[in-house]
Amino acid sequence: MKSKIGLDFNKVARARNFASSIANDVNSFVSGFTTTAVERTLCRLTGIDGVDAIGVPLPNVVVDSLKSKGVLGDGVLYYLTNASIASGKSFQEIAEEIAEKGLDITRFPAAERGIFEAKLSELVAESLGRISANRNKREKFISEHGEGEKPYLYVIVATGNIYEDVIQAQAAARQGADVIAVIRTTGQSLLDYVPYGATTEGFGGTFATQENFRIMRAALDETGRELNRYIRLCNYCSGLCMPEIAAMGALEGLDVMLNDALYGILFRDINMQRTLVDQYFSRIINGFAGIIINTGEDNYLTTADAFEEAHTVLASDLINEQLALLAGIPEEQMGLGHAFEMDPELENGFLYELAQALMTREIFPNSPLKYMPPTKFMTGNIFKGHIQDALFNMIGIWTRQGIQLLGMPTEAIHTPFMSDRYLSIENAKYIFSNMRSIGDEVEFKEGGIVKERATKVLNESILLLEEIQKEGLFNSLEKGIFGNVKRSRNGGKGLDGVVKKENNYINPFIEKMKGGK
Amino acid sequence: MSGGLYSMQSKEFDKTLDMTKIKPYGDTINDGKVQLSFTLPVPAGEEATESAKILLKKMGLENPQVVFFKELTPGYTFFNCYGSLTHTVDYSSVYVPKVESNKMDMHETDEYIRANVGRKIVVVGASTGTDAHTVGIDAIMNMKGYAGHYGLERYEMIEAYNLGSQVLNEDFIAKAIELNADALLVSQTVTQKDVHIKNMVELVELLEAEGLRDKVILICGGPRINHELAKELGYDAGFGMNSYADDVASFVAQEFVRRNEVKTL
Repeated sequence: MKSKIGLDFNKVARARNFASSIANDVNSFVSGFTTTAVERTLCRLTGIDGVDAIGVPLPNVVVDSLKSKGVLGDGVLYYLTNASIASGKSFQEIAEEIAEKGLDITRFPAAERGIFEAKLSELVAESLGRISANRNKREKFISEHGEGEKPYLYVIVATGNIYEDVIQAQAAARQGADVIAVIRTTGQSLLDYVPYGATTEGFGGTFATQENFRIMRAALDETGRELNRYIRLCNYCSGLCMPEIAAMGALEGLDVMLNDALYGILFRDINMQRTLVDQYFSRIINGFAGIIINTGEDNYLTTADAFEEAHTVLASDLINEQLALLAGIPEEQMGLGHAFEMDPELENGFLYELAQALMTREIFPNSPLKYMPPTKFMTGNIFKGHIQDALFNMIGIWTRQGIQLLGMPTEAIHTPFMSDRYLSIENAKYIFSNMRSIGDEVEFKEGGIVKERATKVLNESILLLEEIQKEGLFNSLEKGIFGNVKRSRNGGKGLDGVVKKENNYINPFIEKMKGGK
Repeated sequence: MSGGLYSMQSKEFDKTLDMTKIKPYGDTINDGKVQLSFTLPVPAGEEATESAKILLKKMGLENPQVVFFKELTPGYTFFNCYGSLTHTVDYSSVYVPKVESNKMDMHETDEYIRANVGRKIVVVGASTGTDAHTVGIDAIMNMKGYAGHYGLERYEMIEAYNLGSQVLNEDFIAKAIELNADALLVSQTVTQKDVHIKNMVELVELLEAEGLRDKVILICGGPRINHELAKELGYDAGFGMNSYADDVASFVAQEFVRRNEVKTL
């Protein structure tokens, strides 16, 4: 491929090599550990659901019971499988007995190896079968009804009430939205459990629960049939329950998940060991389920400056890409992130944005890039905001982004009204249609702003990646090399949920899921 | 549907500006012109448009016009409207409590602190509670600042600590004690269902319980915050939209000096 903006692909390969080495280094750490969240995920994948008498989710009950005995390093599947073979009961029944009667599942004898493996692979196959069925259902729906053209129009709903969300989501789909993201209630990323059931109270968003996923999926399928177009559902696979939410999404047929390897560490102060172990398994699940992951690079730019720190975004995209590859996610499912966050006062800011978006497109040619709208410089002036969003949409179509997260004129004022979404979708559709082929028509001059900018950002990100590679990701995070945020290896939330794997540890999902569809 | 390109409306009203009876302005004093948009949960149609006009009249708008409507989804119709407001406000009698300090720029504030305090003022800030947004606290505190206003980290005479987002009130106070904070900045962006009010009040209560409330200058900020609300909740000052680090720093410096003068009297 010849670069339109004069990128040197040898340099790109060099950057990618550094990122690959960083990711491999992380994975050699990750493979030795599990976490409470990973173990709860295995409970969910093997059919454990529901809550106890005081509302604690049963996956938490099971995992906490093993953790309190100091044996979580052997993993839930080891104990549950043995208990199931000895008692003849299902995992769900066993979980209920732990909750109701304080059953001690460590007291069952270890089953004979062949019986153990047969039992476990039967359960794993059943779980994988259910997830594959969702994947097939999506593919069948798309082949029968079609889907929107890229860039997909992505809008959020955030009423706090799942039933109200459904009304807003169906309206948005009818107006032309391709992806509906149900924003989570503020603070959910720091809960060390996933709430249960349908919920109607949230702040700035709606709880991610399996039942809420199911309700919204059914509503979008209904509207998709009405519109003869598949409508994707997005949620947030981040925070302390990253892999659990991935499993819930896989089981309920979600299509897109926010799933960043570093975001929780940098912006939620979640412990780095915890996040890196959790992101690995969550991504394996997303990869297998055919879910597009979205990464959160836009967040760097709400804190740092979009002009000065553009190379940080590219460096993070490359690290996220390499970590995702190791978790078996194909490029076509990597919605790597970037954002339109230049200061509107910056002269030629549009050209710099264009250069960066083209650069990202060329470096990740097969990725459905996720492009975030302006938020930092949205002021409450809804009229100017609508124009800022228009410039953002022009770059979206020009550079063929994969997923366009539509900006709202009322950004910085409130979570979107039904009418805000309508105005934003109208804005995007108008520009996407009017400027459809501009990217094929325009070439850039040698030594001009666009080409120079792209080269500069790439060069700077190579330097940054080289530095991170020398230090290793953990040390880099401790030194604040990344995103100017310092995080200590043993600080932050969730470290007590990180457990070293012991001899009996088993998680067949990793190999099976990475093995493909 | 619209009123046409040129306004042919009668302009036979008093066009003198009277500060005791001000009205919105379109292109003529006292024309009362207002634009608004809203959605009604009804299907598009003449009844919908008429309902919108009736609502405009109830709001005190004469000559209501629906210039655009669109059914967003079955049963929900969006309107863009204009009208002339009949209500007036006595501007001369309006009183708004404001942060009382002279606004100084960064160098003036640094000089002022050097001359009147003689040491660095310690400022600790955070987006507290469950609020995950750092955009507000970063705009005020980060070195680079926002919209050309340098942040507190750049002030020579301010020792600024930005604790980031989702800081629990308890942790915020613990850090304030550890750092010997002179001033605390609380940023709140998420305000849905008044979640910020509860959180901000809780901080004041915790500070009072620790006996710290009078020892620190307590400030809040965010897009939905104003000084009046801040005072009501027990804060020393509140900064809303279009406030920058200079506003906050000027207030902190002057309030710090004022308090110490009171003590030495």
